[in-house]
Formats: sequence, structure tokens, C-alpha cells
Amino acid sequence: MVLQVLVVAAGAPLLVGLMRQVRARLEGRAGAGVRQPWRDLRKLARKEPIAPHGTGYLFRAAPPLLAGTTLVVAAAVPLVTAASPLDGVADLFAVAALLALGSVALALGGLDTGTAFGGMGASREMTVLALVEPTILLAVFALSIRVGTTDLGAIVTETANSPLSVISPVSLLAAVALAVVTIAESGRIPVDNPSTHLELTMIHEAMILEYAGPDLALIEWASAMRLTVMLGLFAGLFAPVGIATAGAGPIMLLVAVVAFALKVALLGGVLAAGEVFMAKLRLFRIPELLAGSFLMALLAVAASFFLA
Amino acid sequence: MAEPPMERSMSPGKPELSGSVQIRHVDAGSCNGCEVEIASVFGPVYDAERYGARLVASPRHADALLVTGPVTRNMEMALRRTYEAVPEPRMVIALGDCARDCGVFAGAYGVVGAVGDVVPVDVEVSGCPPPPEAIIEALRGMTGR
Amino acid sequence: MILYACALGLCLAAALLALLPPRAITVMAEVITALAGVVAAVAGVRATLGHGWSAWLPGLLPLGGLRLALDPLGGLFTAITGAVTVCAAIHGIGSGAARPARAVMPLFVAALLLVPAADSVSTFLFGWELMAMTSLLLVAAEHRDRPSVRKAALWYAVMTHLGLVTIMCGLCYLAAGATGDGFDQLRAAELSPAARDVIFLATLAGFAAKAGIVPLHVWLPRAYPAAPGHVSPLMSGAMVNMGVYGVVRVGLDLLRGGPVWWWWIVLALGALSALYGVLHAAMATDLKRLLGYSSTENMGLVLIGVGAAGFFAADGAGPLAALALTAALLHVVNHAAFKTLLFQAAGSVQRATGTRDLDALGGLRTRMPYTTALFAVGALCASALPPGNGFVSEWLLLQSLIHALPASGVAGAVTMPLAVGAIALTAGLAVATFVKAFGVGFLARPRSPGAERAVESPRTAVCGTALAAAACLLLALDPALVLPALTEAVTRVIPAGRPVTGEVTLRLSAITGSISPVLIALALAGAVAAVLSLVRVVAARRPRRPARLWDCGAGPVSARMEYTATSFAEPLQRVFVDALQPESAIDVTAVKESAYLVQRVRFRARVPDRVERRLYEPVLAAAERLGTQARRLADGSVHRYLSYGFYALTGVLIVLAVIS
Repeated sequence: MVLQVLVVAAGAPLLVGLMRQVRARLEGRAGAGVRQPWRDLRKLARKEPIAPHGTGYLFRAAPPLLAGTTLVVAAAVPLVTAASPLDGVADLFAVAALLALGSVALALGGLDTGTAFGGMGASREMTVLALVEPTILLAVFALSIRVGTTDLGAIVTETANSPLSVISPVSLLAAVALAVVTIAESGRIPVDNPSTHLELTMIHEAMILEYAGPDLALIEWASAMRLTVMLGLFAGLFAPVGIATAGAGPIMLLVAVVAFALKVALLGGVLAAGEVFMAKLRLFRIPELLAGSFLMALLAVAASFFLA
Repeated sequence: MAEPPMERSMSPGKPELSGSVQIRHVDAGSCNGCEVEIASVFGPVYDAERYGARLVASPRHADALLVTGPVTRNMEMALRRTYEAVPEPRMVIALGDCARDCGVFAGAYGVVGAVGDVVPVDVEVSGCPPPPEAIIEALRGMTGR
Repeated sequence: MILYACALGLCLAAALLALLPPRAITVMAEVITALAGVVAAVAGVRATLGHGWSAWLPGLLPLGGLRLALDPLGGLFTAITGAVTVCAAIHGIGSGAARPARAVMPLFVAALLLVPAADSVSTFLFGWELMAMTSLLLVAAEHRDRPSVRKAALWYAVMTHLGLVTIMCGLCYLAAGATGDGFDQLRAAELSPAARDVIFLATLAGFAAKAGIVPLHVWLPRAYPAAPGHVSPLMSGAMVNMGVYGVVRVGLDLLRGGPVWWWWIVLALGALSALYGVLHAAMATDLKRLLGYSSTENMGLVLIGVGAAGFFAADGAGPLAALALTAALLHVVNHAAFKTLLFQAAGSVQRATGTRDLDALGGLRTRMPYTTALFAVGALCASALPPGNGFVSEWLLLQSLIHALPASGVAGAVTMPLAVGAIALTAGLAVATFVKAFGVGFLARPRSPGAERAVESPRTAVCGTALAAAACLLLALDPALVLPALTEAVTRVIPAGRPVTGEVTLRLSAITGSISPVLIALALAGAVAAVLSLVRVVAARRPRRPARLWDCGAGPVSARMEYTATSFAEPLQRVFVDALQPESAIDVTAVKESAYLVQRVRFRARVPDRVERRLYEPVLAAAERLGTQARRLADGSVHRYLSYGFYALTGVLIVLAVIS
């Protein structure tokens, strides 16, 4: 578990760097290199934090809370190993709720500034969250029916033991739904544009407009980890190849780490490549996308009831 | 892609900012000539992002202000406030002749002065407008890459 | 028994004391009410742990006399009422409420204690009516100060008494088929299925009205804002529970379960209420109205659990039914805790700022630090996020639903995913709702002079609220604490062993599933501590520099530029525009000389309660038309009235003559 957290913590900025690099190359640019997000983080950590007038403890508590929830999720979710010592946390609902808790902390931080941007970002983030959370619940719930438990470790172990069971209409529907919410949750195109400069088109960026220095570093780092965890979870649920089970030796763990890195890098690359060819959706078209994914997840659940 | 190696001597950057400089662009009254050049600096041809420079939306996220144009009266306070909003360590780039010494607008009734008269300037890039190569050079000087 | 009698006696004493003029004595009355709450809570807890009792006091009431019994199920609700009373009474000390309201409040508590302990139809109906009357008096208490209160009281009176009528019809019908009106005799009654159906539906309607279930919820968002600050916690934390108690007592206990379709109705009503309630809560800008709709939402979730329990029980899946009912009852307990807390905090805010309008609040973090922190705890619990207590019960509820597969056929395969979908959507929207309530209401800068002048409420109010917050945190971290009581109450109606076991980690016995709220909280605390120490080590030790808010370099950011509750909810309103059907009106007044020069623009927007608009208003309009027409019959002429009497008498005589 410690290994898994370390891998996620260290690898997440690299994933973001990789995705930026893929985008840059596809756009005909050289790109800043995979390690650039780490350089950004190092620089941000050396800068001074700022306390804007009128903000209070919630503004300051939001970044550590966001990072904290993400770390717990990174420890609980079966990414590298399906055996989580956090029994009773690695539950699907707990994980979804913890991710939501992080978003809530950040939204409150944005509201605490009292600027129009902070409020706007918080409002939009909460709208997206209100539609994303039910989809995550339903999608993984559809997958859990086959196994009979919502324990993520058990689901992944079961799938690893019989990889072919993934090929079913249920999994397909759930995969599409989960893919959409992964994109929405991590604020990528077409839901949100992580590199936008226009405040009015922002969701995530508008909320964190007031953060500087180490606070900002925490947020960026946590966002990268969230993306990694979501992609890792996606990969683990549908292609748990190489995930170590309980009591695996160091070599198995190493294999698992490599497999995890490869899978996440592949997914991230695909996501980044897709972003190059896609425009951001209008804000009020996003709910249609999310409602579609919600419906897909609901269908997956219904199908799993009938097919089981 | 072949990159010319950089001479270490011309590095006015602050050590904290090595490898990564986020930039907030402030148009203090420019004729938009410099803006066109900035756009091409971050485009595919010159791609300043490979040297670790990136444009950001908020001065809170920024390390450096990229100021263009002579400082007009209407933008004087805004420029000061933007500078205040940037967390330390911070740098200011005065981009173009207007930003350095008001250029052709020197003495105009709506102009307060050069950027240096309003906020402390760390890097100056001359030219009207400065060629992208010069801007890139200045940015590389700051990121040290 | 003695404890329970003590609690009732203390309530009566408090009511009498409150009528006396000196101020010191009124405070005494509050203290005694709080004491009554403590005693009642202890009595309830003892009953849930197996120390039940029953008593018959024949002389106290006409007809059957007062027949009381406290079993674990009744004891659970008594304990909840007692605990809520303690918080509400402490919060109410020195609240400056009018004397009649103070005198009625202990009576209201007594009525709330009477209902779950009633052991006969007449006692139950007596307690129910007493509860309705006292709460009505409390809702109407401030009718002189605010005209809206009068209307709210009228709505409440009509709704609650319509509910009483249906409950009375149902229970009397049941008693008529049994050998007597004691609950034991009712349990033994042999009735035709049709009669049972009628009884269940009639009582369900009445209990649903009390629990604020859609479409009978209309009184709820009106009555809560109208009631005085220290009364709405009691109404929301204790009174709405009685609706759930009634459904469980009559449906699962007295009628011993029923056909599956009964529970479908309950489940569907629950799901509808949960979604409808949370949608309107997400739109509401009145803080208490928001909390009222949130009560509808939570009672809906509870009814989903109760419905699922009945459904599983009818299907023969005992352990699942027990799990669902445990989840529902745990959610009742949790809801009582966090809603008491939230209403008390809202009452403090209203007293401090003079407004409940979220669009006019804000900036209370620095002005009312304790209330803000306490409200944050309540909001966390209400939005069902860990480490809050709402999360635990919703988790249990979801677990019971998603493991329904082996238990149910096609019916379950259709129902359960929809129910889970409804809960999931509710959970997401509840998060947005409470981020709005807390973020807009308490953070940032004040949006009105009232909010700017706010000061922290008196120590007693903070203490009462803090007590509720402590209960929330306790329930959140160690839900196993109330499990024995819940298990006893559940086995009372669905005997199927212990559905949930475990101390630190809750384990479900029927299905695989476990969760550990403490571990989640500890992991979270550990991770945050790790992050903070990491920042300490890695980041440069630069002091935090105060700076202006980033205003794009323009003038200072004013309160008018802040996002309000309305603007916060606007994207959601757009998403659910078909379900909500908001209304807006724009009046543009042009300058006289030219239609293009606008002088003034007035914009009004509101989200009407659609059920009220579509269901109630036509009925009310029809009733009013009928009344207007009927008025023509009575034009004040004595001769005409005499002739009415004459004709009526003749008519009756003729009818009698024909019949005989």
C-alpha cells in the first residue's frame, strides 16, 4: 500500500507531463518534457503562500484536505495491489464519497474568497459533481453485482481471476459511463479545459484562481493524483492484468508497478490524443453528456440484474 | 529538434524559478504588435513551452509579469495591483520599446511612463515589436533551460 | 416506566411553570424541559435494551383509557425525541420567545413522547392529535409579527388534520375488525385482504403527510420557516420521525407486513420524495426552507429503506429486510441528529441577522465562528460524505438495495436499480445543496447590513447546538454504539438475527460488505497530517503574505459581485429545467421618448413547488369557487333561513315516510 501511494504520488505529475507532451507533439510542438510538472511543483513549493483579504481557515484548509482525501483514495483503491490493508475504506461508495469530499473542500475554498470567479467555479464544479457522483456509484455498482460485493479489491481480484468475464454488455456500458465521468472528474476536455486562459470558460481553474505557492502546488499535485487514480481504477476494473494479489512477492509487486504505469500511461496518452482533436463543450451541454453517462450506468445496472 | 545551447552567462533569472516560469501577460497600453509576437512565441514554431515557460490565467499562479506597451493612466493602478498579486519571488519583463521607454508614445498625454516607472523591471526586451527570437531568449534566460 | 412517567411529569411541570410571569421561572421551565428530555432519552434507551413495560390507566381517558407500552421500537423513537428535546431546550434558553410558545413547547414534547408509547388506538390517536395541536400552536406562535406565518399555520392545520382523519379511519377500521383497540388485539385480528389494503393505504397517507412525503409535503417548507427558532429543530428532528414510526408500526407490526405492492408504493413514494426534496432544496434560497425540503429528502430515503424492508420481508428474504430496516432506522437517528443541529444553527443565524435569505447572508465565519463551525459539521453530515454520520446510513441503505438480486425476481430487477439510481442522484445533489448552504451562507463577505451586524449567539444556544454536533460526530465515528438498540427494534418487527455486526468495522452478516467509519476518519486525518508535514519539510518557509483579492486589477471586489445562492444554483436549475419549471418575468420600462432607451429593468425569478401548483391550487381554487357560490344561499335574510329549515324538515319527513 505504501508502495502504491508512493508510486501514485511520484508518478502522477509525470503522467500529466506525459499527457502534455503527447498533446504538444500532436500539435507540432516540441513540448516541455515529461518532468516539467515536477519542475513546476518544485518552483511553486519555493514561492510564498498568500492569504487574500477576507479569507479564513477554510481557504487554507482546502488544499491539504484535497491532497489528503486523494492520498487516502490512492491507498485504498486497488491500483498496484488488490490487497488493501484499509479494509472498510476500499469500498466503492467510500472511495467515491472521499473523492467528492476533496472537491467539496476545494469548492468551499473557492467560495470563501467571495470573488465572482471563486463562486462561479464552485457552482460549476458542484453541478458537475452532482451529476458525476451518481454515475460513478452506478457504474461500479453494475460491476459489483457479478462479484456480490462493493469492495473494490474483491471486484478486481475476481476480474483478474477470470479476465474474459469482462467482455459483456454490462462491462461495456459501465466502461463508457466510467470513461465519461473520469474525464469530467479530472477536468479534461470536453468537460473542462485545464489550460484555458479565459476565466469564463473555467470550472476547476476558476475555483483555484486565488491560490498561490505551496497551496497551488498541493492542488496541482492532488489533481494529478486524482487523474492517475481514476485512470488506474478504470484500468484495474476492466483490465486487471498484472495487479498483485495478497501476499505477492517483491518481484510480483515490481511487475505490478510496471504494468500499472504502462496502463495508466497508455490511457493518459489516448486521453491526451483525444483532447487534441476535440473542442470543449459549452458549459450547458455538459449536463447532457453526463446525463447520457448516467443513463448508460443505469442501463448497465439493469442489464447486470437481468443477465446475472 | 535541434536546440542551440544557451550561454549560461546571460541568466538574470532567480534561482527559485529555474526550470519553470509561469507568465501572466499584462497589456498596459500596447498597440497589439507585441501581442502578435507573443502569440507566435507560444505557437508551434517557437514553442516557448519547451523551455518551461507557460502562460497562466491568474497572477497568483504566475512568477513573472510580461508587460507590453507604455503604461497608460487607466492601466497604471491595474498594473501595480497585478504586480502586488504575484507571490514572491516575482519578476517583471518589459516587452518591447514602448514598455522600456514609452517608444513613440513618449510624452503622450495618456501615458504615465515606462513600465519601469511603475513596477521594478527585471528583464527588458527591445524591439518594436521584438522578434520572437528575442522574447525566447529572454524567457530562456529566466528559466535557465 | 417510572422514568417515562417522570419525563411526562416534568413536561407538564415545565408547561405550568412557563406560564408564570417572572423571567427566572421561564428559564427554569426550559431547564426542566431539557431535564425531561434527558429522562425520556434514558427511558427510551432502557426500553430498546429490553427493559420494556406496559401500563393501563383506565380512568385517564374516556373509552379505552390510557394504554401505554414501550417496546424497543417505540423506545428508539422515544430516545430520539428525548435527545432532540435536550438540544432544543438548551438552545431555547433565553431565546426570548413569547410566553404561550414556551408553555406549549413542553406539552408538544409530552405529545411526542406519548405517540411511540401508545399501545391502543385511542391512546395513539389522542397522542397524535395532541402532537398536531401543540405543534400547530407553536407554528402559529409568531403570527402577529409575520403575516406569512398565518398562511403557513393554515396549510399546516389542514394537512395535519387531513392526515389525522385518514389515520383515524384506518385504525378505527382495523380496531373494528379486532376484538378490542389494544395493539395486541389488533395484531391478532383476522381481516380480509381488501380490508388490510384499505387500512394500510389510509394510514400510509396520514403518516406520509406527517413525514413530509411528496405529494403531501406542502406544509413542511412553510411550517419550518414559520415556527420559532427553538421549535423547528423539534419538529424536524422528532416530529417527522413519527410518520416513519407510524408506517413501521402499522405496516410491519400491526398488519405484520403485506403484499409486495404495498411496499412498492412506499418505495416509490420514498424515491420520489428524495429526488423532489433534494431538487427543491438545491434551488431554495431560504435557509429554513432549504432544510425543510432536505427533511423531505431524508424522510424519502428512510421510506426507501422501509419500503425495501417490507419488500424483502414479503419476498421471504429476512436478513436483507432486517438490514434495510436497520439502515432506515439508523438514518432516522442520523437525520434527527444533523437536522436538529442545522435547524438550531439556522435559528441562531436568523436571530443574529434577522434574515434567513441565503442571498443576504455571508461573512458569518468571522462574526459567528462557533455557529459556523457547528453548521459545517451538520452540513458535512447532511451531505452524506465521510466522515459524517449520514454517509454511514446511506451506505447501509445502498448495500441492502444492491444485494437484492438473489432475493427478488424481475420486479426487484426493475425496482432496485431505479431506487439505487434515485439514492445516487440524491446524494450528488445533496452535496451541492449543502455546499451552497454553507459556502454562500457562512463564508466570504456579508451580502447585507443584517449579516454585517451579526454577533455570536448566546452561550446557551451555542451549547445546545454543540450538543447536537457532538451527537453527530459520535454517530459518525462509532455507529456501532446505537446498533444494539436498532437491532432490538428491528427484530421486534422482522425477526432475522443481527443484520450488522462489528465494533470498529461494521460488517454485514447477510452479505459481504464492511465499512469502518473510524478508520476512514483516521486515514483522512493521517493523510492530511502527512500532507501538512510534507509541506512543512519541502516548501520554503516564507510567511503567508496578506494581499488584496484578485480583482483583475480593477476596483475592490464588493459584496454585490459575490456569487449568491441563486446564482450558485443556476446551473443546476438549467440542468433540471424540465423537472423544476422555474418561472421568471422581465419587465423593461423604457424612457418615454424612445423605446430603445431603457429606464429600468426588473427581473423576478422563482422556482415554484410544482406539486403545489398542479395538485393543490386547482383543488383550492375549486373549493373557493364552491364557497363563493354557496355564499349566495346565505344572504342574511332570516325568512330564507327559516324556509331552509322548513324545507329540510319536510324533506327528511318525506324520505322517512317513503323508506318506512
